Amino acid sequence: MAPLLQLSGVSKRYGGVQANAGIDLSVDAGSIHAILGENGAGKSTLMKLIYGVERPDEGQVLWQGQAVTLSSPSDARRLGIGMVFQHFSLFETLSVVQNMALIVPGSKGELATRIRDLGAAFGLSVDPQAMVHALSVGERQRVEIIRCLLLNPALLILDEPTSVLPPQSVALLFDTLRALRAKGMAILFISHKLEEIRELCDTATILRQGRVMARLDPRQGTAHDLATLMIGRPMPPPVHPTPHGLGEERLALSNLNFANDDPFGVSLKDVSLAVRGGEILGIAGISGNGQQELAALISGEIALTSNAKAVTFMGQPVGDLGAAARRHRGLAFVPEDRLGRGAVPDMSLADNALLTAHGRGLVKNGFINRKLERAFTADCIARFDVRTSGPQAEAGSLSGGNLQKFIMGREMMLDPKVLLVAQPTWGVDIGAAADIRQRLVAMRNAGAAIVVISEEIDELFEICDRLQVLHKGHLSPSVDVAATSVEQIGTYMIGAAA
Amino acid sequence: MKITFERRAALSRRVLFAAPLIALGLTMLTSLILFAALGKPAGQALYSLLLEPFVGWYNISEVLLKMGPLMLIAQGLAIGFRANVFNIGAEGQLIIGALCASALPVYFPEGSSPLMLPAMIALGAVGGAAWAAIAAGLRVRFNANEILVTLMLTLIATQVLNYLLLGPWKDPHGFNFPQSVIFPDAALLPILLSGTRVNISVLAALLVSALAYVMMRHRFSGYQLLVGGLAPRAARYAGFTEARAVWVSLLLGGLMAGLAGACEVAGPLGQLQRSVSTGYGYSAIIVAYLGGLNPLGIVVSAFLMAALFIGGDNAMVSADLPVAAVFVFQGLLLVFYLGSLTFIRHRVILNWAGRA
Repeated sequence: MAPLLQLSGVSKRYGGVQANAGIDLSVDAGSIHAILGENGAGKSTLMKLIYGVERPDEGQVLWQGQAVTLSSPSDARRLGIGMVFQHFSLFETLSVVQNMALIVPGSKGELATRIRDLGAAFGLSVDPQAMVHALSVGERQRVEIIRCLLLNPALLILDEPTSVLPPQSVALLFDTLRALRAKGMAILFISHKLEEIRELCDTATILRQGRVMARLDPRQGTAHDLATLMIGRPMPPPVHPTPHGLGEERLALSNLNFANDDPFGVSLKDVSLAVRGGEILGIAGISGNGQQELAALISGEIALTSNAKAVTFMGQPVGDLGAAARRHRGLAFVPEDRLGRGAVPDMSLADNALLTAHGRGLVKNGFINRKLERAFTADCIARFDVRTSGPQAEAGSLSGGNLQKFIMGREMMLDPKVLLVAQPTWGVDIGAAADIRQRLVAMRNAGAAIVVISEEIDELFEICDRLQVLHKGHLSPSVDVAATSVEQIGTYMIGAAA
Repeated sequence: MKITFERRAALSRRVLFAAPLIALGLTMLTSLILFAALGKPAGQALYSLLLEPFVGWYNISEVLLKMGPLMLIAQGLAIGFRANVFNIGAEGQLIIGALCASALPVYFPEGSSPLMLPAMIALGAVGGAAWAAIAAGLRVRFNANEILVTLMLTLIATQVLNYLLLGPWKDPHGFNFPQSVIFPDAALLPILLSGTRVNISVLAALLVSALAYVMMRHRFSGYQLLVGGLAPRAARYAGFTEARAVWVSLLLGGLMAGLAGACEVAGPLGQLQRSVSTGYGYSAIIVAYLGGLNPLGIVVSAFLMAALFIGGDNAMVSADLPVAAVFVFQGLLLVFYLGSLTFIRHRVILNWAGRA
C-alpha cells in the first residue's frame, strides 16, 4: 500500500539560504511521525511545503500515491491535511464555536454538539460557548486541535505543541494523540525535545541543515543517539551548579503590585522575590502569565510612580528609577525579544554594543569613541563565539541564536551585579543553548546574582538554585530545586496549588 | 505575472546614489507629458525649471539665497524625523522667529548698536524654539500628536503675523500696507557676495549642517535619537527616554526654523512683511527627505530644491505655467524619489510564469 504522504527530493530556497535540500519523507496512516531538528534545520519550512503555505522549488509531493500540487492551505485541507501552529490563530474576542464556524460549515448548534462529542472521544474537553480570551493556553490548543478534527483530516501536523504546555497538560495531549493514532490518523509531530519523541512517536525523521540525516524508530536508540544525529556531534553535558556560599542580597521585590492598563496584559499581585550574589533564581511558568510585566518592572522599563521601596537593588529603593538609572547601578538585562528590543536590527553590531555598554568608557564628553566601540564589539564576538562577518554586520542579518549570543555576551561583559535573563534559549540551537547555560552558571560561581525567566522547565532545573512559579500574575513561594520535582512545579504552573 | 519584493542582505550603495537621478528622470518625463497636455511649451518649461537657475550669476545667487533657509530648517527637521518626531509646523516656527527678531528694529527703528543684529538672531532662534516647545510639552504631558499640534500652531502664527502687521507694528508711514518699518542698517545681515542679495546666513546654514553631521554621526545624543526612531522598544530597553527625544527634536527643529525666520527679515526682506511666510517650512520637509535625512545629503537637496524654486518662478513667466503646475512638479519629484528608495533595501523579483 502506498504511504499516505510521500515527498521525494523536495527543495526550497529563500534568497541565499537553502532551507530544504532534497528531502525524502514518507508518512504512513496510523503513525505518529516525529520531525526532529534544531532551530534552523528546516522543520518549519518543510511543514509549510506540506501545508501549502509555500511551494517547493523542486521535488514531488504524493498524496495516497497521486502527485499533487499544494498551492494554498485550503488545497491541503481539502485533501485532508490539518495543522496546529505553534502560535495559535484564534480570535480572542469570539467564542469557541464562533471561531470554528469561521472555517467549518454547519450550524452553530450542530458544531457545538460535534465539539462536545470529539472532546469526549479524545479527551479534549472544552466548553463550546466559552470566550477564547478566557481560556488557558492548554485549552486554546485543544480548540485548535478540535478545529482541525472537525474537518476529518487524514494527517494532522503539530508544530512544537508542547512548548506552551505545563507537564500535566503534556500527558493529556499525548493521550489524545495516541487515541487519534489508534483511529488510523497520521500525525506529524515537530519537536526538538528528545524524551517526548521517544515516549510518543513510532517513527522519526531527523533534519540537519535542511537535509534528512536519518529515519529511524526513536524507541530503539537513546536520547543521546538522537541528539548526536540532530546536532552532528555529541551533546554537551548538563552543567548542574554545585552549591556554594552565598553573598549579600542584591535584588528584592517585596509585595509588589502592578495594575496593567492594557486590557490584554497581566496585572501582578503581591509579588515578592529576593536573590543574593552567587545564586540563580528561576522564574518558571508559561509565557503570558506576567513574565513580560515582571521583567519590565525589574529592568525599569516600567518604573513605579509610588512605593519605590517595592523594588530594592543592593539595599537601596529603586522602584521609581528608570531603566538607565538601574543599569547604572549594575543591573543588566537580556530581554526575550531580540530584534527591536535587545538589539536594533538596522544598526551594526558595534552600534548595538553601544546600546547598553555606553557606560564602559565608550562615550567620552558626549562623543562616541568608535575605536573602543569596535574593540568592545570584536571582543564580545570572539569571546561568545558569535558567527558573523564582523562588528559592522547589521544585527538583523544574524540568525536568532547568534544574535542571542551577542546580546548575552554584551550584557555579561558589563560585569553586572544582577543579571536578568528572559527566555535565554528561545529559538537557540541545542549547542548554543548549552553554551549559554554554562556561561550563566560560570557567572553565578563568580558571585553574580542571576534571575532567569523561562518556560523550559528542564532548563530551569539544570541551572537554577531556587525556583518560583508565575501564574496569572501571582508568584509562588520559592522552593529549592534540590527539594522539588517537575510535578510540583507543574502543579504551580497551572495554578492548582498557588 | 507575480511581483515579489525581497529584502536585500545589505542596503545597495548603487541604488542609494542612483535613486535621486532616477527620480529626476521620471519627473522630467511625466512633467513633459503633463505640460504638453496643458498646451504649454514643454521644452521651454523644462528648460526654465531645470537649467535656467544655473544660467547667469544673478540666477545662481538667487538659488544660494533660497538655499540658506531651506537648508537650515531641513537640518533641524531631519534630526526629529530620524527620531520619529514629526514636526510639520516649521513654517509657524519660522514666522514666530521672524516676529521675535523684528521686535527690536520695530521698537528701535533708529537703533545703531552693533549688538542689535546678534540679539535679533538670538531672539528669532529662541522664539522658534519656544513655539515648538508648546507642541513638545503637549506631546510629553498629554500625548497630543505633534503632527497636528505643530500644524495648528502654524495657523495661529500666521494670524499673529497678520494682527501685528495690520495693527500695532504697521509702519505709520507705509501707506497702510501691512508691513513694518524698514529696518535700520544695524539690523541687516552683511552681504556675502557684493552685487547680489546673498548674505552670510548661507554660511551659517553650512555651519549648522556640519554641526548636525557631527551630532548625528559622532555624538551619543544623536545616537540615542536614532535608536528611538529605528526601534522605540530598544530605546526604552536601554533607558533612552522618549520625552527627551521629543524635547530635543522639537526644540532643535524650532530653533533652526526660528533662525531661518530671523535671517529672512534681517536679510532679503529688510522688514517684516507677510511674504516672510512663503512655504519654506513645508518645502524643507521635502528637502529633508530628498536628502535622505542625512546632513550631507540635505546640503545637496537644499541646493536642488532652491534651484527648482527659482526655476518654477522662471517657468511661470517664460512658459506661462500656472503655479499649481510648479507644485505638481515638485510633488512628482518627491513621490518618485520616495518610491525609488524602496529599492535600496529591497530587490524586485519578477516571476513571469507565476511559478518557478
